[in-house]
Amino acid sequence: MHEMAMTEGVLRILEDQAKAQNYSKVRTVWLELGQLSHADPEAMAFCFDAVVRGTLAEGARLEIVRTPGEAWCMGCGETVAVAQRFDPCPRCGSHRLQVTKGDDMRIMELEVE
Amino acid sequence: MCTVCGCGDARVEGSGHHHHDHDHDHGHTHDHGHDHGHTHDHGHDHGHSHDQHYGQGIAGVHVPGMSQTRIIQIEQDILGRNNADAAANRARLAEAGIFALNLVSSPGSGKTTLLVETVSRLKDQMPVAVIEGDQQTTFDADRIRATGAPAVQVNTGKGCHLDAHMIGHALDRLDPPENAVLFIENVGNLVCPAAFDLGEAHKVVILSVTEGEDKPLKYPDMFAAADLMILSKVDLLPHLTFDVERCLDYARQINPNIQPLKLSTVSGEGMEDWLGWLAEGRKGALVQRRAMLEAKLTALRKDIEAGA
Repeated sequence: MHEMAMTEGVLRILEDQAKAQNYSKVRTVWLELGQLSHADPEAMAFCFDAVVRGTLAEGARLEIVRTPGEAWCMGCGETVAVAQRFDPCPRCGSHRLQVTKGDDMRIMELEVE
Repeated sequence: MCTVCGCGDARVEGSGHHHHDHDHDHGHTHDHGHDHGHTHDHGHDHGHSHDQHYGQGIAGVHVPGMSQTRIIQIEQDILGRNNADAAANRARLAEAGIFALNLVSSPGSGKTTLLVETVSRLKDQMPVAVIEGDQQTTFDADRIRATGAPAVQVNTGKGCHLDAHMIGHALDRLDPPENAVLFIENVGNLVCPAAFDLGEAHKVVILSVTEGEDKPLKYPDMFAAADLMILSKVDLLPHLTFDVERCLDYARQINPNIQPLKLSTVSGEGMEDWLGWLAEGRKGALVQRRAMLEAKLTALRKDIEAGA
């Protein structure tokens, strides 16, 4: 369950930023998880609640923002939408696709006090 | 698991410490690669534009005008720390001319057997070193060391993958020879190791023909992350219904650039191709090192001339 390690990465950023941004409590975390990223949103949410217990983010709300996948189709020479890594190009049916968007995993915004 | 550094209860064999000093004094920088300067505080007062954020907090305490909460944008990759550690490992390996590979597969694909065979064949021709990752035991490192090559075991404890931080420590401990081929055998797991860059030149995914031919579709992230796919135990194909071409098609659906290689340590099929691929990759690392050394030498000459 690598989501546990990733959630710890989230907490580490929250703790690192607390001094720089001068906050002592995190209320909400907006987390971008691309549709093609390595993390499962439900597992992230589950791990988040466990990991933040007893920290500055205890009780914080985790808002997961799913961003759609995009790929460059070498055949069409165009950017196309893909929902999964093994999806074919919706235009030409080819699998010669390079993922260009939707594999990001990052904290976007925080609500803090 | 350590909630500060996320290092799990991972232990580098022989070091016996679960370092909690967090100094991270690897002798390399931990540049996050994020310009924190772009962080900006909106500081907008509550009750307009962003009010979709309010009143949804714990117990509805965010009454506009009374709350001290604010929204800040930080835009930070949650794997940022690992990626920074991986970049540091990569720089360190490049400087030493080391060609590093991250071997990933499910448990039982024959990774260690392939490594033992590979190391035995290579060790008289070039320096070789191995980092072995498992949850427990030093069995695999013991098997490698029996060939005479240096190896260090990393036990991840409950961890399901190696991370770049562990590899930094393992490199300290192993101190691989210059210009070596370094094999990092990841924890047997076709899911989690895909997300964690260790600083390797390539991820090599190993799939044995005793597994399902549809594994590339079932575990796409790993096949997307790998550059080389070794189909192992191909000597068993006559006894199985495994469709090699279908399997390779599936892999190419995920990753059109993946390079397939059929191999058996029993029959020896594919071993020459594999060793050739390794030699080619190592040559690339050596050429890169030569360029770095030449640049240093040029700078040194200029410095001396300027002072003379």
